[in-house]
Amino acid sequence: MEDQATLQSAVSFNLNGEPVLVEAPFGERLSESLRERCGARDVKIGCNAGDCGACTVLLDGAPVCACLTPTHQVADAEVETPAGLARIDRYAQRLTTAFARHGAAQCGICTPGMLASAVALLRAAPSPTLEEVQDALGGVLCRCTGYRSILDAVVAAGQGEELPVAISGGVGAASARVDGVAKLSGAELFGDDVAPAGAPVVKVLRSPYPRAAFTLGDLDAFIAQTPGLICVLTAADVPGENSFGVIPGFEDQPVFAESEVRFRGEAVAAFVGEAEAMRSFDPDTAPIEWREASAVMTITEACAAGTPHLHAHASQNVMCQGYVACGDAEAGLAAADVVVEGAYSTSFVEHAYIEPEAGFARVVDGRIEIASCTQAPFMDLEAVARILDVSPQQVRILPTAVGGGFGSKLDLSVQPYLALAALKTGRPVRMAYSRQESMQSTTKRHPAEIRLRIGATSDGRVCGFDFEGGFNTGAYASWGPTVANRVPVHASGPYYIQNYRARSRAIYTHCPPSGAFRGFGVPQSAIAQETLFDQLAAKLDLDPLEFRLMNALDNGVRTVTGQSFDTGVGVRACLKALAPKWRVARDAAQAVNAARVSGRSPLRRGVGLAAGWYGCGNTSMPNPSTIKAGITPDGALTLHLGAVDIGQGSHTVIAQIFAEAIGVALHDLSFVGADTDITPDAGKTSASRQTFISGNAARLTGEVLREKVLRLCNASGEATLEILPGSGRLQVLDGAQRHEIALREMPVDSDGYALAALESYDPPIKPLDANGQGDPYAQFGYAAQIAEVDVDMTLGLVTPVKFIAAHDVGRAINPMLVEGQVTGGVAQGLGMALMEEFIPGRSENLHEYLIPTIGDMPEVETIIIEEADAHGPYGAKGLGEHVLIPTAPALFNAIRHASGACITRAPATPDRVLAAINAAREA
Amino acid sequence: MRYLAARSVEEALEALADGAQLPVSERPKLVAGGTDLYPALGDRPMRNGLIDVSKISALLPVEAMEEAWRIGAACRWSDLIKAPLPPCFDGLKVAAREVGSVQIQNAGTVAGNLCNASPAADGVPPLLTLDASVELRSVRGDRTVALSDFLLGVRQTALAPDELMVAIHIPRRPTSARSTFLKLGARRYLVISICMVAVMIEPDADGKVALARVAVGACSAVAQRLPALEQRLLGAPMNGLALADLVTAEDLAPLSPIDDIRGGAAYRLVGAQELVRRALSSVAGG
Repeated sequence: MEDQATLQSAVSFNLNGEPVLVEAPFGERLSESLRERCGARDVKIGCNAGDCGACTVLLDGAPVCACLTPTHQVADAEVETPAGLARIDRYAQRLTTAFARHGAAQCGICTPGMLASAVALLRAAPSPTLEEVQDALGGVLCRCTGYRSILDAVVAAGQGEELPVAISGGVGAASARVDGVAKLSGAELFGDDVAPAGAPVVKVLRSPYPRAAFTLGDLDAFIAQTPGLICVLTAADVPGENSFGVIPGFEDQPVFAESEVRFRGEAVAAFVGEAEAMRSFDPDTAPIEWREASAVMTITEACAAGTPHLHAHASQNVMCQGYVACGDAEAGLAAADVVVEGAYSTSFVEHAYIEPEAGFARVVDGRIEIASCTQAPFMDLEAVARILDVSPQQVRILPTAVGGGFGSKLDLSVQPYLALAALKTGRPVRMAYSRQESMQSTTKRHPAEIRLRIGATSDGRVCGFDFEGGFNTGAYASWGPTVANRVPVHASGPYYIQNYRARSRAIYTHCPPSGAFRGFGVPQSAIAQETLFDQLAAKLDLDPLEFRLMNALDNGVRTVTGQSFDTGVGVRACLKALAPKWRVARDAAQAVNAARVSGRSPLRRGVGLAAGWYGCGNTSMPNPSTIKAGITPDGALTLHLGAVDIGQGSHTVIAQIFAEAIGVALHDLSFVGADTDITPDAGKTSASRQTFISGNAARLTGEVLREKVLRLCNASGEATLEILPGSGRLQVLDGAQRHEIALREMPVDSDGYALAALESYDPPIKPLDANGQGDPYAQFGYAAQIAEVDVDMTLGLVTPVKFIAAHDVGRAINPMLVEGQVTGGVAQGLGMALMEEFIPGRSENLHEYLIPTIGDMPEVETIIIEEADAHGPYGAKGLGEHVLIPTAPALFNAIRHASGACITRAPATPDRVLAAINAAREA
Repeated sequence: MRYLAARSVEEALEALADGAQLPVSERPKLVAGGTDLYPALGDRPMRNGLIDVSKISALLPVEAMEEAWRIGAACRWSDLIKAPLPPCFDGLKVAAREVGSVQIQNAGTVAGNLCNASPAADGVPPLLTLDASVELRSVRGDRTVALSDFLLGVRQTALAPDELMVAIHIPRRPTSARSTFLKLGARRYLVISICMVAVMIEPDADGKVALARVAVGACSAVAQRLPALEQRLLGAPMNGLALADLVTAEDLAPLSPIDDIRGGAAYRLVGAQELVRRALSSVAGG
């Protein structure tokens, strides 16, 4: 097999039953060979270290990580990939049906690895138990689902469940996803799946130091002497502004650092080269001289007197502040009968989506086209135009499928490098971040340092509340201002608090930029508020749930910003739904613990509770979405999906709302987009806004289009539409009357539609005044969760055993997707609470940075509460973020209930829990 | 030589001998499962040649010899799990199921776990309690080294540049020998240990401990046996709680844990002591 003269040789094996002959360099990973030499892009690369399992293939029937397998090792072997299995394997077909039914594929990036692993399991054990499924899938990480839907799907497939689930139903139907088929067949194209094989590749040279000055060496000579390199890009190659950000006025992050870097992983140059050459190109071999300087990594260091400023505009490294006050917090606390206080700290949390940032760009007719994974196509478009110094019309963004986002893919990552490289070389170019690059350089959840005092009167009413939070925003602004603004509005939790003050500051440090991550700082503040509420309840000798109900917001009761809602305040309904289960779980824990004491078990059961709320949409800022739909002369009804579905299911939800509004079946719709050339701006996928805001735009578009149709034939509002694609006709049945609209005879608009509608929705909000008083959001979602845990009193190990999650979604447009969001959010909350801690420079991979596996997520019982919102489409509210907010404090309250330990630092790793248990014993 | 799919031990040894002549950075690397090789490579390209020993049939089986069991150096964790082995291997099998994930167990080898010499190698504590030795071969000859002598430090072993580990030898034990393994980590799968413990005990005819071996991993550069404790356990009744109560903090003296991202040194000692108690308790039964 070996070839002395060259560095590669051909290897033959069977791929999905067909013989293949692959010419590959020696030592190449099988994942790379399969994707780039065999076209098997259904094999996903998430980590290149065996930590995520996304690249799982079956090698002679056994699941292995293709990223750890030398291609030449599979000579003469049988290799099966997920797409091949989905095509021909009967177990895979049963599994894909079950996955669709259970909503087990959200973003879909882990799905191929899950399916391949599950096929191997079913072949060996056709009817596996839950535990067998966990063992078999334990090596594949999923960041979206919280795993329970996957577990249920595999168990169901093993029991022979083969009933397909239809894409059908309007508002309230648990329809299968409209975009589900590709995610299950392996056909879905993510950021790194769209480039043609052989396209030139971009690789970025990044700082190895958190703070350093640097001088680039002779890069031209380096290019000349390095075979295959085409060009280099530095700050000098940026035609427009060498800066970007997500909030106007805060564009402080350079595309390429110019003379100094402010965090480890910051880009200083990018190299473009031929694909084959770039496989063995290491950017760290480029000539550069580094002069490391001392870095400030914490809020305390950054705010200390004499600390140098990261940015000239930010005195004492304070990037921005937020403030909300009502009543007199000090007076309220002084008048309190009981006061509790605490100091809390949380860690950087990494989004850890399984798809690292990736994309492809090319120049078409003088315009730049970028296909990449993103949550915010129009923001990308504007930011890239600013960097390139071209008009926005010169940029086209084609969002690919997104393999998880959770907030971090709102910011630019690969886009400017791709655009600059395509323009400079005139060739199509691609790039994909490695796991390390992704973790080093993209945004994180802000670490928080929080001090909070809460006072209550002896009758159980909260009367004073003083919150101060510092948020480590890293080297650049990103969404730090949003965190600073959101936290003071939300730090009260969903409660009436008469005397309230909340101050927040976002502080620059030499850490990676902190940005948006599911909840924008609210999960951090909720830890402090909700665990102190338990302490208050204990001091007042009140049941924690009763205490919360006594103080919970209600319709007509003002929030801390002075806003009140006539309808739709659902926190009481959430708490009341949990009440009977709360008492059962607490009683059961008591019985379990009595048996454990007598049995000398080191385990103790604890049951904790927490509530939360979340304002949907931007904070006191315009926030429109626009949705377009049209009927073609052929008779097809097309919905333009400009909102990016990052796995949460917005395509399906928006389509269900539109179908309901226009009065057709979901399966009558066809879809285009997202594509900034053809789909109007539906805003960014963040802030729990797509169901609410884009949903409303879809509702309006549906209603207007329906009205246009009805008016054409003078039909009544009761009429039903019949979509007949290919017929050239649209049929309207109005009682006994049948109208036919001859679509081909109608004039078409510039999009080629015979009939079309385009409507926008922007929620009604009012700006906040200097005291943070105003109407920051048109709606809030509400939540309350119970966590049941076992605490190992000797080892400090915490094992969640069950969650019960009540979430007020106003109206569940699709209950299956609601449950998927809840379970996935709980999993992220669990990770944040118990194991996730990103340490810059130390945990830049998925074996040092731990996220929950399929063995860490217990059952989640979801209770859907529907307190209709006045503004939401059919009463619906956003959900994506309040799924996560109560989880960590509920877990910490459960730990305290089990063990007495007060957790004030997240994550509560076993050593910290044990220390807190010991501290509680001494107290 | 850039990639050698070795068909025999001899072919691999010759390639190793040739490679040993080269500067360290240019020597070919051995590969079997690739589960340590590729993660260590990170994003950098593979610059070294590879000698693939995974297909050498002589290295594959787990065999019962007259005096000892022999685990071939290409035996993967999943092969070991499937192999019919006596109860003294139960601890090693539990450890095998805790190595990474099914994907890792299907590729990674027991011998590779030893050669990689991670302080947190799951295979080491149980193999120490089994008194394992490793057979190293080169064109110069064959030698057998006790596992405790083979592992020299963090990522350091006694393997010479031209040597290949061909097998792990485990002396036979009476079928009454029992063993177990416990691992403490912050999540269920794919987790690097905070600490781990392996225990093997043989009762005598009177139900007393005739032989005890206890090893702790991830609490020192190389996993360590606890000889003082092993000595004290001798003659004790085979009662789980009684054995557990014999464990003292002083027994952990051979350990030298460090503070790292997974836990502090002091916590590791507490965890190790508790895992030793639990392992003894479970292996001796009520």
